[in-house]
Amino acid sequence: MYEFKLPDLGEGVHEGEILKWHVTAGAAIQEDDPLVDVETDKAAITIPSPRTGTIVSVTGNVGDTILVGDVVVVIDDGTKSDMVTASVAQDAEVSRVEVLSSTQAVARDTKPNGDGRSLVAATPAASWGRVVAAPATRRLAREMRIDIQLVPPTGPGGRVTPEDVKRFTDQPDTPSGIIEPDTAVEEPQEPAEVERAAPSSHAIPFLDLEPLPDFTQWGPVEKEPLRSIRRKVAHKMVTSMVLVPHVAHMDEVDVTALEELRRGEKERRAGQPGGKMTLLSFVIKTVTAGLKTAPVFNASLDPFGEEIIYKKFYNIGVAADTERGLVVPVIRDTDEKSILQVSAEIEEAAAKAREGTLSVEDLRGGTFTITNIGPLGGTGMIPTINYPEVAILAMGRVQEKPVVVDGEIVVRKMLPLTLAFDHRIADGAEAARFVSDIVRRLSDPNALLIET
Amino acid sequence: MVVGSLRQETEVAIIGGGPGGYVAALRAADLGKEVTLIEERERLGGVCLLEGCIPSKAMISLVEMASAAREAAKAGLTFDNLRIDPDALREWTESVVDGLTRGIDGLLKRRGVEVIQGRAKFDGSRSLILENSDTAGIDFRECIIATGSRIDELPLGYDLPVWSSVEALQIPEVPERLLVIGGGYIGLEMGLVYAGLGSKVTMVEFLPRLMAGADPDLTDVVVKNCKKKFEAIMVESNVLAVEQASSGFAVTIEHQGETKKEEFDQVLVAIGRKPNTDKLGLETVGITPDDDGLIEVTPEGRTSASNIFAIGDVTAGPPLAHKAIREAKVVAEVIAGKPSAFDNQAIPAVVFTDPELAWVGLTEREAALRGTKINVGRFPLAALGRARTMGRTDGLVKIISDPESNLVLGVGMVGAHASELIAEGTLALEMGATLEDLMVTIHPHPTLSEAIMEATEVAAGSAVHVQAEKG
Repeated sequence: MYEFKLPDLGEGVHEGEILKWHVTAGAAIQEDDPLVDVETDKAAITIPSPRTGTIVSVTGNVGDTILVGDVVVVIDDGTKSDMVTASVAQDAEVSRVEVLSSTQAVARDTKPNGDGRSLVAATPAASWGRVVAAPATRRLAREMRIDIQLVPPTGPGGRVTPEDVKRFTDQPDTPSGIIEPDTAVEEPQEPAEVERAAPSSHAIPFLDLEPLPDFTQWGPVEKEPLRSIRRKVAHKMVTSMVLVPHVAHMDEVDVTALEELRRGEKERRAGQPGGKMTLLSFVIKTVTAGLKTAPVFNASLDPFGEEIIYKKFYNIGVAADTERGLVVPVIRDTDEKSILQVSAEIEEAAAKAREGTLSVEDLRGGTFTITNIGPLGGTGMIPTINYPEVAILAMGRVQEKPVVVDGEIVVRKMLPLTLAFDHRIADGAEAARFVSDIVRRLSDPNALLIET
Repeated sequence: MVVGSLRQETEVAIIGGGPGGYVAALRAADLGKEVTLIEERERLGGVCLLEGCIPSKAMISLVEMASAAREAAKAGLTFDNLRIDPDALREWTESVVDGLTRGIDGLLKRRGVEVIQGRAKFDGSRSLILENSDTAGIDFRECIIATGSRIDELPLGYDLPVWSSVEALQIPEVPERLLVIGGGYIGLEMGLVYAGLGSKVTMVEFLPRLMAGADPDLTDVVVKNCKKKFEAIMVESNVLAVEQASSGFAVTIEHQGETKKEEFDQVLVAIGRKPNTDKLGLETVGITPDDDGLIEVTPEGRTSASNIFAIGDVTAGPPLAHKAIREAKVVAEVIAGKPSAFDNQAIPAVVFTDPELAWVGLTEREAALRGTKINVGRFPLAALGRARTMGRTDGLVKIISDPESNLVLGVGMVGAHASELIAEGTLALEMGATLEDLMVTIHPHPTLSEAIMEATEVAAGSAVHVQAEKG
C-alpha cells in the first residue's frame, strides 16, 4: 500500500485545485501515468503516478482544494504500508512533478537569436529621459491621468513617489499634466452609453470569478454573444452595484384625485401633442420640484477628485424597454417645461425608441432617472442607480386598494414608489423628506399646481 | 478540402499561439473577454516552446551537468563512464516540450478560449480570413497580432541541407566537425551544446567580437571558455560560399582578409530573426510595417488601426519571449478598458552560455557611445565564498550608476546562475533604485547574490571585501 501525498509544487505554492482525475478507484496504473491535474495560482500541473499498481482510493473531487502533504491517492503496489519508505519515496517524487505550464518558466528564458537584431534595443534612456518611479507609482499616475514626467520628484535619486503623484493633482496650476482619456476601445455611438466608467478596478476580497460549469452535461443549451446594448447595460449595472452603496426607500401615494384630473385632461386633449398625459409626466414634474429642495439627489460623486458635483440643471432620464434592449432617453430642462410639454416630449422619445432612431445626444446628460415598470405589472421593485447619478425612482403599478381614510376603509388608487439612492452622499432622512414631498404633491393636485 | 466552412464571431481574435499570444489570451479571458486564438501550427507554444528557449535550455542543462560532473573530479567526485546519449536527450527534451504545450492547452481550455488552427489574414478592419482551417473566417472587435518571428536564412547555400537552430535542436546527428555561422547567443548556446556532445565546433562571426551587444569584460569570460571548448573561433570573418562536398560541406571563409576553404560535416546558420508580418494582409487594414518588417505601436500596444494591437517580435525591441509576455498582459488590460501601458524601464538579456551571461539596462558600451558619465562598480566572483565552494569562480558582477544621483542605470553579470541573478538588477531598474537601496538590502550568505551587494558597495566606494577602484 502506498499513500501518495501531494508533493511540494515549488515556488511557494502550498495548495492546488483538482482539475481532472485521470484515474478512479479500482483502476490499474503504471508508474509515470498521469494521476491528476492540479491547478495552482502559478501553473497547471499533471502529477504522474509514482508507482505501478491498483488505485485503492482517490481523495477529493474536481474543484476541491488540496494542500501539500495531503494524501492524494492510495495505490496498492504490493508492498506493505511503510511510512519510512513512503516518505523517502515522497522526496524523490518532488523532482518528478512535471510543471506543464508556467509563465514564469517561459519568461525566464530567452529566445535564440543571432546578431540580426540588438538585444538591448529597449534599454531605458538613462537618467535624462527615464521615468524614475516604481511600476505601481507609474500605474497610479496613469489611473489619475497624470503625465508622470511632469511630476516633481522628492524621492532619493530623483525618484517620483506615490505621494508626489497625489500631491500633483492638488496643484491647481498644472492642467497640462492631465492626460485626456484614451480613445475608447468601444465605439462611442452605441446607445445607452452615458459616460465611460472611470478606469479603476481594485481587487475585491472574496470576489472570485470562476468559469461557469459546462451546462451541457445536464441538458442542451444555446449560446448568444453579449452584444451592444446588452453588454453596455451589463457594464453599467455592475459598476453601479459594485461601486455604489444602494439604499431603497419605499412609499405609496394615493393618486385617486390626480388620476381623476389626469383622465379628464387626457380625454380633452386626445390627439394633441402631449395629449396622452401619462402619469409619468406628472411624476417627472413633481420629482423636478423635489430635486430643487433636495439638490443632493441631482448630484454626482467624483471618487477621484473626492468632490460632490451639484448639477444646476434638471434632465430626467426615462427608462424605456425597446426591442433592442433597455435605453434611457433624457427629457431636458424639466424645470422650465409644463406638464403638457413634458408629456409631449415623452411621446416623442417613446416614438424614437420604438423606431430605433434615438441619437447618442438623446441619451446623454441625465441627472436623475425614473423607471416606470408599473404598467407591466408588479407591486414594486428595487431599481439600480443609473451611475454616475445619485438616485433613481421606480414607479409600481397603480392599483385600487382598500385604505383607511379618517377611520374608514375606502377604495383608493395607490401608486407604489421606491427611491434607490447612493448612501455615500445622501442619507435616509433626506431621502424620506424627498419622497414625502413627492408623495404629498402627487396626492394633492392643488399642491402640484401651486408648488411646481 | 474544407468541410462546412463557417465564419465565427468573437470579441478578441489573437493571431499566434506563442508566449505573447497565449498569455494575451489567458489575461483577456480572465478579464471577461471572449477570446479566439488562431495558431498555424498543430501545437501551441510558438518558437519559444517548440524550437527555441525551452528545448535549447533542456539540452544546455544536460550538457552543463556533464561538464560540471567532469569538473567535480577536483573535489573528489569521479565517474567511470560518463557519457551523453543523444537519443535519450532528444526524447527527454521532446517530453519537456510536450508537457508544457499540453499545459498551455489546458490553461486556455479552462478559461474558455477557443483555439483554432489555421493561417489568418486580414480582409477588413474587423475580419480575418483563415487558410488551412476548418473555419472560413473570424469577425472580431479587437485583434492582437502576435505572429512572432522566423529564422533569417543565409543567402548562400540556400538549397543545401544546412541546419538552423530548429534542426540543431532535434539532434539529427552529432557531427564530427560543425561550423556555426553567427556568434550571437543562439550560435554560442548551440555551439556549446554540440561541443558538449562531442562535436569539434568552429565558429565564424562577421563582427570583431562575439556577442557584440554585450560589454567586452563580460563576454571575455565566456569567450575564454569557448576557446577551450571550440576548435576555432574566427571573428571578422565572412562566409563566401557553402557547397556540398563528399563528407558534408565545403565552406569558403574570408577571415581577416585571407580566404580559405574548409570542410565540415554540418553547418549551423544562426544569423538572426525576422518578423512574421509579410503575409498578414496588413495593407487591408492600413498598417505599414517599417523596413525591418516591424509594426509600430503606441505604449498601449495599439497599431495605426485603433482596434488592432501588436505584441512581441513583430514590434520593435529585442525579440524575446519575456518582452512579448509583458506586452501581452498590457494589451489584454487595455482591451479590457484598464489603464495599462508598456512603460517598462528595462528588458533583461540572458545568454545561457557556460558561464551564463546576463545584463539589463545601460551597458558601458552604450554609455561610451552616448557620452554618458557613469560610475562602475565591479566585483569578481573569485572573491565570493559561495562561488569558491561551488568551484565556479569564473565571472563578475558590475553595477553601473549615475555619478550624480547614484541611480542604478545598468547591471551586468557573467557567471554561474547569472540568468537567475539578473532579476534583482531588473527590479532595481524598474523601482528606480539607488546604490544605497541595493547596498543596505541584506543578501543571504553565502550565496552568489552577495556579488550584487558587493559590486554596489564598490560603486559607492564603501566596499569591505575589495579595495575600492579609484578613477
